[in-house]
Amino acid sequence: MALTKQEWLALEEQAHELRKLCLDTTFWAGSAHIGGGMSVMDMLTILYYKYMKYDVANPQWEDRDRFILSKGHAGVALASLVCHVGFDDKEKLKTFNLSNSTMGIHLDSNKVKGVDASTGSLGHGLPIALGTALAAKVLGKDYKTYCILGDGECDEGSNWEAGMAAAHFKADNLISFVDRNKCMIDGPTEEVMKLEPLADKWRAFGFIVKEVDGHNFNELAEAIDFALENKGAPVMIIANTVKGAGVDYMEGDYKWHYGALNDEKYELAKASLEKYYAARKARAEKEGI
Amino acid sequence: MAGGLTYTATESTAFSTAEIYGKALCELGEKHPEVVALTADLGKSTKIGMFGEKFPDRYFNVGIAEQNMFGMAAGMAKAGLVPFLSTFSVFASLRSADQLHTDICYQNINAKIIATHAGTSFGQAGSTHHAICDMAVARSIPNLTVICPADGLETYNAVHAAYDNFGPYYIRINRGFDRVLYDTTDYGFEVGKAVTINEGSDITIIACGSCVFQAYQAAKFLETNDGLKVRVLNMHTIKPIDKEAIIKAVMETRRIITAEDHNVLGGLGSAVAEVIVEAGKGCAFKQLGIQDKFAPIGLHEDIMSTLGIDQNGIIAAVREVMGKDFELDDDWDDEA
Repeated sequence: MALTKQEWLALEEQAHELRKLCLDTTFWAGSAHIGGGMSVMDMLTILYYKYMKYDVANPQWEDRDRFILSKGHAGVALASLVCHVGFDDKEKLKTFNLSNSTMGIHLDSNKVKGVDASTGSLGHGLPIALGTALAAKVLGKDYKTYCILGDGECDEGSNWEAGMAAAHFKADNLISFVDRNKCMIDGPTEEVMKLEPLADKWRAFGFIVKEVDGHNFNELAEAIDFALENKGAPVMIIANTVKGAGVDYMEGDYKWHYGALNDEKYELAKASLEKYYAARKARAEKEGI
Repeated sequence: MAGGLTYTATESTAFSTAEIYGKALCELGEKHPEVVALTADLGKSTKIGMFGEKFPDRYFNVGIAEQNMFGMAAGMAKAGLVPFLSTFSVFASLRSADQLHTDICYQNINAKIIATHAGTSFGQAGSTHHAICDMAVARSIPNLTVICPADGLETYNAVHAAYDNFGPYYIRINRGFDRVLYDTTDYGFEVGKAVTINEGSDITIIACGSCVFQAYQAAKFLETNDGLKVRVLNMHTIKPIDKEAIIKAVMETRRIITAEDHNVLGGLGSAVAEVIVEAGKGCAFKQLGIQDKFAPIGLHEDIMSTLGIDQNGIIAAVREVMGKDFELDDDWDDEA
């Protein structure tokens, strides 16, 4: 169902707050995987502010929906999120990446509340998410498992092992995304290792594939609503995104996979995020119902 | 162990080690609905398929995809299930090593890996299917308990212990029939505690897996023919290793031989050597095992003979070590 204008604007506001927090955390840490953090942020926002069941006072609540960030290097985004929704104190983000902090680049599920899996080694998230999804069926629970993969990560063979198994076991309670920002460390995905036709590949493995603008909440909502209603097969939502979305000098530049911010870059980024938010709000005002 | 299998020696020889594992897992499945089983197209070979026949809704054959199997198990354990995973040891330790390391051990989840066809027990399949470094890999991953049972009934005990204790377990068992060491499960199996198979004061053989039976046979032979009192320790748990039993053996026998169906680098022998060196107690020491080379093709017993980890190889090693007069080189009393 299409988002109401009010819902859409509320999501835009949360996404803006999260982008600012992610930027601040990167600045406090000196550097982080900010490019992929910004591209994945709208997916995180809509999952945690519209769809997922969770209890910040009881992070291990057994009926909660699960979220696995397979592209674990975007931990700076997930750390910002778990603090923003209240699993932990935002002040902790000031220790991100510092010695003896509980929060490093790749979040440890045994140390950071609200994190369901310790990811970082790529190609691990989808198998774990599949196991969590199938466990719900064994246990007779109706929680959902959400998983976000990076696009470059789709090079890893283990994703395709899990993809084959997800379809085989009819894991229709598993809802996956590819953050298709088209960049990886060494360059554009299509130059380093061609992924296209990516949607056809997931379809061939038995997924129902939805392709959306990963920065459009209305399109994301429609795809997630479809996945929640769908029975008999797993759904893969290919979210077309922009690396560094919201920070103009980072956008679409693979070199911002991991980057450092000095005072000047930090101020420029903050200003850019405000402009980005204004444009996003204007779109929601125009397209929302 | 209360409620353990009570096969006689004759009956237990009717089952392969993996079949006893399959029976133990079915027992656990009967009592505990949260136990699930996963395999990678080796349900029949590893006997985990016995669980699948009884509990099809809790059995997941993922096809030939070990990495996915380990990841799935991690997700299942995170959700409160107790997954048992079975594939060949060489794949469990190497093909899916990253998932074992990160998904299972780093997250410290309650998954149990029962890795079959350990060591050179799938001898004729050659080095692609020999697991000669799995204990070295497993032993060096934090949080992982590593067990190498001596026979079928010890496997039964190890599988139950794995369920009873929270955390990741790696249990390596052999293909086919092991020589039967125990005719009951009730001999005091405890994770991390060596079992004394034969008392002795001249020399100690510390063995695991299929080498324990061979060491026991060697000890009996040497007592009769050479008049030697050979202590044999069944060091079924490779990690955490029983330091106390090792140091006691050093102090009381001053001669140690280790025997394992595994590379001498990184396995039982290395673990024992680390304990001895750190304790600062000198002794004669010899490692039997695979001498850092790939093993030949053949029947398991033939390979063990070639490698010198069968009864004859162990007898020869004991005679060699006994022939060296280490005691003249040092003042043991002063050392002690």
